[in-house]
Amino acid sequence: MRLRDIAHSRTGDKGDTCNISVIAYRAEDWPLIQSEVTAERVAAHFGPAMGGNVVRYELPQLHALNFVLRGALAGGVTRSLALDAHGKALGSTILDMEIDG
Amino acid sequence: MKTIRIGSGAGFAGDRIEPAVELVEKGGLDYLSFECLAERTIALSQQEKMRDPSAGYDRMLERRLKAVLPAARANGTKIITNMGAANPKAAAEAARRVARGMGMKGLRIAAVTGDDILDLILAGDYTLDESGRPVSDLGNKIVSANAYTGLDGIVDALAKDADIVITGRAADPVLFLAPLVHEFDWARDDWSALGRGTLVGHLLECAAQVTGGYFADPGMKDVPDMLHIGYPLAEVQADGSAIVTKVDGSGGIVSTATCTEQLLYEVHDPSAYFQPDVIADFSGVTFHQEGPDRVAVDGADGRARTGLLKVSVGYVDGWIGEGQISYAGPGAEERGRLALQLVEQRLAELGPSVVESRGELIGVNSVLPGAVSQAPPREVRMRFAARCETKDDAIRIGEEVESLYLNGPYGGGGVTKQAREVVGIASTFVPEDLVSQTVTILES
Repeated sequence: MRLRDIAHSRTGDKGDTCNISVIAYRAEDWPLIQSEVTAERVAAHFGPAMGGNVVRYELPQLHALNFVLRGALAGGVTRSLALDAHGKALGSTILDMEIDG
Repeated sequence: MKTIRIGSGAGFAGDRIEPAVELVEKGGLDYLSFECLAERTIALSQQEKMRDPSAGYDRMLERRLKAVLPAARANGTKIITNMGAANPKAAAEAARRVARGMGMKGLRIAAVTGDDILDLILAGDYTLDESGRPVSDLGNKIVSANAYTGLDGIVDALAKDADIVITGRAADPVLFLAPLVHEFDWARDDWSALGRGTLVGHLLECAAQVTGGYFADPGMKDVPDMLHIGYPLAEVQADGSAIVTKVDGSGGIVSTATCTEQLLYEVHDPSAYFQPDVIADFSGVTFHQEGPDRVAVDGADGRARTGLLKVSVGYVDGWIGEGQISYAGPGAEERGRLALQLVEQRLAELGPSVVESRGELIGVNSVLPGAVSQAPPREVRMRFAARCETKDDAIRIGEEVESLYLNGPYGGGGVTKQAREVVGIASTFVPEDLVSQTVTILES
């Protein structure tokens, strides 16, 4: 299945750092999300162009993960050459991830 | 038991006005806060102030106040906002003109100043957080330096019976935390209470982002009556626990899902959310759906602040030139790639100075660099952007894309081009003792 079937996501930016939350719709899918959506897989999804530096935080009581990508926004919203300089659309691309479960 | 009702009237400078009016008319609010100051906005406002000493505050201030003041006055709702941007005093004068123009007498308007610390930063020996280089490296490119100030100025203004409080660069959640500190008389070292109040501010400060905005995904996350999306309010108890909700009959949705998304929005380590007054800890936050569009919020905590204030340093950072052109039908992607290649080679041959560039196909890889199309796209929009030292060079970027009309691949259409000056933002930190806030009261 795709991550989109079991989780939703929101993206935020601060300076050159992007953060992406991944939140389970249902409590029963949380263990799968916790084990499958690792920092390594998220780093691989975004590739070297986005810095490759991913840290994951867990909020088990909310069935939520928070990924922090430093140096991912080409200098940040004020100077990035990207069309989506905030990176607001990035989190939605992560929902394409294939999950074995 | 005392409950304070605080609403969010705007989450960015260009936000809608009607939902704030609905909130102030029907929300039974004690306070209505407007967060309208993005990182870069204050630097742009500083440039405006340099050109005109009576400018440099939010251009929608007058419109917003005209819309909400009648109900705010009638209901006793106090207004707090960072629409002062680079010039809170001029903004307070503008607010007084609006009040007088509406025949309102005796309205007390406070300007909170002290966040503008450009002189301090220029004179001191500070290091840029991003590059590790001294601030002085930026030389005469610096246009502004503003500290993210804490709650003292706003609390002082409320203690002086201000009806409207206008700040410059306050930390966003402080616009909500400060009235709670004022009402509940929380000690400045009651870290748990300050952490919980910060959470209320954090959930509300982006307005519709907690009531179903930035959320809808048809078939997965549906939002009722998005057209009339309501802005949020919180009912806050003396211990800092709260209900997040919205006005009955407004559109949108308040759910544990909207609250969880907004909890993590622009947050890094959830256990360490750095604020001027406290390090808030969101790691143990819980949400409970109490009823339709009513979510109980609890479990935030806090610990002693760092004693340092973050400073946003604005500097001019060259120019960005850009051009776009569309291709459609079979082979659209290949023609888009050929167009990109031609622009890159032309610029290399003709030599406008390009510091950095980015070429992409909208519809394929403009959001996620390196993405590949799963099936041949039926249309793409080629986009080329470059950072240049000078305006003239930046203009050349768009001109090169435009020349593809006659000189480029088959069927290119709909060129747009632009060149804009870049105001970058960097950060540094100063000891809080070096920043003092001043409250000036005007009366209409």
